[in-house]
Amino acid sequence: MSAVGERSTTDASGRGAAFHSPPAGEGLRVVEPTLFERSRPGRRAVRFPAPSDAASTAAASQPPIPDAARRTAPLRLPEVSELELVRHFNRLSRLNHAIDIDFYPLGSCTMKYNPKLNEWAARLPGLAGSHPLDPGPLSQGSLELQWLLAELLREIGGFAAISLQPAAGAHGELTGMLMTRAFHRSRGEGDQRRVVLVPDSAHGTNPATASMVGFTTRTVPSNARGGIDLDALRGALGPDTAALMITNPSTLGIFEDQIEDVLSAVQTAGAIAYMDGANLNAILGRFRAGEAGFDVMHFNLHKTFSTPHGGGGPGAGPIGVSPRLAPFLPGPLPQLVDGDPATVLANAWSGRSTPDARFALEAPGARPTAIGQVRTFGGNFGMHLRAYAYIRANGAAGLRQVTEDAVLAANYVRVRLGDTYELPFDRICKHEVVFSARRQKREHGVSALDIAKAILDEGIHPPTIYFPLIVEEALMIEPTETETRETLDRFVTIMRDIAERSARDPETVRQSPRFTPVGRLDEAAAARQPDLAWPFPEADRTGATLSG
Amino acid sequence: MTYSPHTDADRVAMLEAIGVASVDDLFADIPESVRATRFDLPSPLTEQEVRAELSRLAGRNRIPEVSFLGAGAYRRLIPAVVDEVVGRAEFATAYTPYQPEVSQGTLQSIYEFQSLVCELTGMEVASASHYDGATATAEGALMACRLTGRHRVAVSRAVHPQVRRVLETYCSGPGVEVVEVPADLSETGSGLTDLAAVRSLVGDDVACLVVQEPNFFGLLEPMPELAAAAHAAGALVVTLVDPVSLALLEAPARYGADIVTAEGQQLGIPLAFGGPYLGLMAARMSAVRQLPGRLVGATRDAAGRRGYVLTLQAREQHIRREKAASNICTNQALCALAATAYLSAVGPEGLREAAERSTIQARHLVATLETAGIAARRFTAPYFSEVALRLADAGARHAELVDQGILAGLVLEPEYPELPDTLLLATTELTTDEDIRRLAAALGAAS
Repeated sequence: MSAVGERSTTDASGRGAAFHSPPAGEGLRVVEPTLFERSRPGRRAVRFPAPSDAASTAAASQPPIPDAARRTAPLRLPEVSELELVRHFNRLSRLNHAIDIDFYPLGSCTMKYNPKLNEWAARLPGLAGSHPLDPGPLSQGSLELQWLLAELLREIGGFAAISLQPAAGAHGELTGMLMTRAFHRSRGEGDQRRVVLVPDSAHGTNPATASMVGFTTRTVPSNARGGIDLDALRGALGPDTAALMITNPSTLGIFEDQIEDVLSAVQTAGAIAYMDGANLNAILGRFRAGEAGFDVMHFNLHKTFSTPHGGGGPGAGPIGVSPRLAPFLPGPLPQLVDGDPATVLANAWSGRSTPDARFALEAPGARPTAIGQVRTFGGNFGMHLRAYAYIRANGAAGLRQVTEDAVLAANYVRVRLGDTYELPFDRICKHEVVFSARRQKREHGVSALDIAKAILDEGIHPPTIYFPLIVEEALMIEPTETETRETLDRFVTIMRDIAERSARDPETVRQSPRFTPVGRLDEAAAARQPDLAWPFPEADRTGATLSG
Repeated sequence: MTYSPHTDADRVAMLEAIGVASVDDLFADIPESVRATRFDLPSPLTEQEVRAELSRLAGRNRIPEVSFLGAGAYRRLIPAVVDEVVGRAEFATAYTPYQPEVSQGTLQSIYEFQSLVCELTGMEVASASHYDGATATAEGALMACRLTGRHRVAVSRAVHPQVRRVLETYCSGPGVEVVEVPADLSETGSGLTDLAAVRSLVGDDVACLVVQEPNFFGLLEPMPELAAAAHAAGALVVTLVDPVSLALLEAPARYGADIVTAEGQQLGIPLAFGGPYLGLMAARMSAVRQLPGRLVGATRDAAGRRGYVLTLQAREQHIRREKAASNICTNQALCALAATAYLSAVGPEGLREAAERSTIQARHLVATLETAGIAARRFTAPYFSEVALRLADAGARHAELVDQGILAGLVLEPEYPELPDTLLLATTELTTDEDIRRLAAALGAAS
């Protein structure tokens, strides 16, 4: 380890030695060492009370933990004071871009504002302190909240039933595909229906999910308008088709206007229609997948319903299903076992409890058709309560406004940048718009990646790039409804300026970013020589404690 | 209320720029025949009203004054500093670090998390979080299938029942058969996984043995022997561990675990009625290409500055699509941050104190109830900080105590019909002498 006070040093291999001494920095530019470099033996933040004499005496009469089971190597967790800890994480936090810092138009991720009110709700002791196995009499509030949220999602999606158990969108997909499997098995077609169709514009999770469930994937091409190629779909559908997984609006930000034909073809073939609900923010109150004929859809509570993305989770991916899939929902489902549903709903919408209503979880194994359980307990309840608060705050009118403003913003950006970047599908879009930097690449050697890095220098998060895969040099922009017109205008100006610089002085774009905490990182080296955990000095492995 | 910033004038100006007359024109592409016919949701609420509604629901829950309930989710101290860290908007309102130059905070904290999981388990590589301990365990079993090319999984009956159910659900997809290994739950039983049964059931077609340490009943399994038995058949060992116990118990790598998973809720994450929690998963470097989930690696920029990136992404769904190791995408990064902050707040000494106090209070509880003749240990094997106790008429007495604000753990019979009149009680560092006294008094009075 380097001596205290020494500045950024590196050993020849780039591994195994300190890079920065704690705490280093360059003025306000944060350079933060790892927790392991900040660690000094004997420092600590939190202490726990020692057991009482009575407890120790009583415990001595009981068999101890056998020596053979005890840890033999010292546990080298960081040793830091509380202030060191606070500074470490606060300094790290300053290296992040976030919605609360500035615009985050990351397509397909719906980076909208995460209301603070929801965070307040999540910290209510009665909700945060509720144990998932608390007996029914102790957990009526948690169960009622889940039951109410399921009712709201059922109405929003037009479905027969909801499961809140899936922990993320991809987990909802997994649940939907497992149910698809169970459905076909229940009809004696489990061995026959092994193919899942996905459009070429699909999220990578769709084919990965199908594989996890033992299906094979067949890709269906898009047509010239950015929709699904209906003839190709009809040709691909057959007695071996288990399901079609389709994102609507698609990852091109386009509503599938042949949706009736698509659904009727899928139904005629005896397959399940799965809708990836990642882009639900574009259609709230305008299109309900269940009502239109989809069998199953997942909701991303961390996209449409404003729960924070957390740097990559936790999210939540409840699913809604049609009547024919409802028997297969994972359990246990929260249920209203005593009380009239309409009365309970009417009371809850007026802020009142229903005195005689009683909620309970299904008993294990109570519904033999269920696919089982996809997660312990009832799912990401902390996200359920935030989504519930969000839906109640907005109401029907607010959620309609969300969608209208989100679509308005995306189309505004589409029109204002349409003369600067190519629009492979130049038509009204929904929540997001996909441009191509093909012209900048061809004429000036400036790629979508270069443009993304140049946007970083303006203090804004770049769009999603190189996705969907069917658009060359894709720039996928989702502004969301919570950004002001001034922010959208500033973004447009920045994007025009980068296009202009790409033509005039492309090298300055290619050399971006210049004002971020680190420059472009060597990802090839990271993959070639993986450094995935702090390399404690070898001396430590033999038992010495980490020294400063 | 809505969170939209637009004034009517903004909307008009934007519609004009787009060149449409009304916002409905932007939805003309949704065919009339499939448009929503209803959207019957309650009226919007103000902040004051939302607060009242969420307070109403929180108030409908009753948090017991005294609780010995664990069984996979534990009430532990969450240092105030942990909640402060995860509340930082720069962490909470960022997304997956696709642009590393402006995501170093998240990336470095994940690298630190991976390092801590490796240190706890003794393993060489840890992925950047799963949904919970159960899904991590299921993913671990499927990973073992890919590594061995085998399609059967053996799981001990002494593994958490919900974890076994999740495992079965995950395995049902690709058609992996799950075989249950019995545990000795007889009247005078040890409560441990039946080692002889492991030797006979884990054959050369079994990909892995899934065990839990301490097991669901809080008992310490003979891990080296179990691992040796599985390895003798060429099977891998997937171990679901309690991360707090690792302050005192041997690192799983040292007794031969190949894939280590854990429920990380105990590391600074609130009970919150079951989630979000945190799945930990670690393995040996030789298995990294089959490891599901995100990985962060250290590297450098052109100026030689250290930085972190998502790496080895060729395992993942957005690159590999149908050939990916898993479909996992969004996971539990903020919960991983909580665990990182927790482990550095308590440090090695604090984690040891919490674990030690938990085990002492468990023994204190058992000694108190046994001395008073109220209850007795159901199993003979050594225990950690959770214990199964035999108690006459356990179900009814458990329910009586709930009314007094005392939660006497979990009644085991619904999950284990062979264990009537048995309660599973957990202690943590938050368990006080007074809690134990009150439980004993209530059970003594009720008997």
